[in-house]
Amino acid sequence: MSVSRVEITPKSLGKPSIRERLANLFQEIRANKVAYLFLAPYAIIFLTFVVVPVGVSIGLSFTHYNMLEPPVWIGWSNYIRLFLMDDVFLIAVKNTLVYAFITGPLSYIACFIFAWMINELKPKLRALLTLLLYAPSISGNVFLVWTIIFSGDSHGYINGFLLRFGITPEPIQWLQDPRFILPIIILVVLWLSLGTSFLVFIAGLQGVDSTLYEAGAMDGIRNRWQELWYITLPSMRPQLMFGAVISITQAFTVSQHAIALAGFPSTDYAARTVVTHLIDYGNVRFEMGYACTIATVLFVVMLITQRLVQKWLRNIG
Amino acid sequence: MRLGRSRLNRTLGGDIILFLVLLVTAIFMSFPLVYTISNAFKPLNELFLFPPRLFVRNPTLDNFRDLFVLMSSSWVPFSRYAFNTLLITLLGTGGHVLLGSMAAFALSQHKFPGGKLFFNVVVISLMFAPQVTAIPNYLIMSRLNWVDTYLSVIVPAWGMSLGLYLMKQFMDQVPKALLESARIDGASEFRVFWSIVMPIVKPAWLTLIILSFQQLWGQTGGQFIYSEHLKPLPYALQQIVAGGIARAGVAAAVSLVMMIVPISIFILNQSRVVETMGASGIKE
Repeated sequence: MSVSRVEITPKSLGKPSIRERLANLFQEIRANKVAYLFLAPYAIIFLTFVVVPVGVSIGLSFTHYNMLEPPVWIGWSNYIRLFLMDDVFLIAVKNTLVYAFITGPLSYIACFIFAWMINELKPKLRALLTLLLYAPSISGNVFLVWTIIFSGDSHGYINGFLLRFGITPEPIQWLQDPRFILPIIILVVLWLSLGTSFLVFIAGLQGVDSTLYEAGAMDGIRNRWQELWYITLPSMRPQLMFGAVISITQAFTVSQHAIALAGFPSTDYAARTVVTHLIDYGNVRFEMGYACTIATVLFVVMLITQRLVQKWLRNIG
Repeated sequence: MRLGRSRLNRTLGGDIILFLVLLVTAIFMSFPLVYTISNAFKPLNELFLFPPRLFVRNPTLDNFRDLFVLMSSSWVPFSRYAFNTLLITLLGTGGHVLLGSMAAFALSQHKFPGGKLFFNVVVISLMFAPQVTAIPNYLIMSRLNWVDTYLSVIVPAWGMSLGLYLMKQFMDQVPKALLESARIDGASEFRVFWSIVMPIVKPAWLTLIILSFQQLWGQTGGQFIYSEHLKPLPYALQQIVAGGIARAGVAAAVSLVMMIVPISIFILNQSRVVETMGASGIKE
């Protein structure tokens, strides 16, 4: 190991100079060569397909780009157009926020409550119910069954039921009537929502130290609600945070299911979300610059929401 | 201790309400699944019965037979679609588990400049949806000349951030002393990773297999694959379902085929998945 010559100046006594720090850093990197080798294959792919695209997207959002001609820099024009001139975008934002603020918290709470209820059961029954509740989220396009259940003709389950008992004189156009589209999508999204977060919570609940409950009972905890608030929730805060990350991301991107249920484009844009708006401009109209602007706005909004929710969750229990 | 009940702070009334709520929810959740399974076995006259009926009366395998007839009459043979999906799923999942575990090993068991930063970026990437990067991704694929190749679907799957995150959190529980003693015995770093760490974190890589499998199994090739002979199975099945109302029975058979695989894999590995998720929390 070589000892570098260091000039003794008052400054370098306090903290190392930049050159020294660089030398240290370089040495540390060389000492950890193996770790970098282990990380490299994944890191290259992750950077290429996740990090670089975010940068490119932000860059393109300031351009006019249609994939045929090279991008032209147009500054903030796309953003101005998006917020001030695009009426459909405002509908999309409204719908996205409605979806996100209803399905996000609802599905998050549902994931927790059902995990908590299941946790009370005996192991065999618990495994069975976990499977039953988790299955919809991994069952691929089975959710399309809901289009049959809510089908607009008399063969739809709900219409068939309503007609038979004479509740309505004629079939209701569930998926074409803007009044019903939103609630139906929310219902279906909730049906699909007991996914990763749900498993995370089940695992978190099983990991809570059971002696804490005994100690709590000694200290005067009287019912399951107090136990939940004072012991269970604080003990599984890390899982709650992780579950929130997953739920928020899902809540903002319900597009796929909205398209499948209500069609694309939907009546009066009732199922238009920011993501379907993005797909419209990116995949249909090839206004890539503008589509990237939408993507960037969505990205920023998602990150801000995540940060706010994380901050808020720290105070729970 | 109240009335000899085994658990603290629980009342019988509460337990009954809890059970009823769970029962109703379980029925609501499983209704579409039951419906799909039942429809797949319904003969034509029962499919279009009015008023509609949930359970099948005279089960038949006609829908599956029709599915095979449709498949064998398609332009690209059915076996080709199945091969594409198998190839994409196996290579994508295998690569993801291997690369993800290696990276997780580096991040969890080594301290090196940039490691923390990299992991934080991975956590941030969990916070936004892939749709945000769809357009630049296409541009990158076309630069790499990967559009319309298997690579465009397989390689990005290797870099899924959820897998690395779960694996790293799980590896954090592996005691460092164990690895230290192996190193003192002269084991190479790769050997430590392969023969000591990987066997310990088996629940985690089984979970990664399931998550990655689910994603790739449903992969339709979407915007990246255009050639008919490279298209995966779900795409072909979508085309069949797109035949409309006349194919309602076949469509149910298709849904059943597509859902049965991921659900079976989950059933086999349920306890390991839950164990892995237990370590997943975000520490402050």
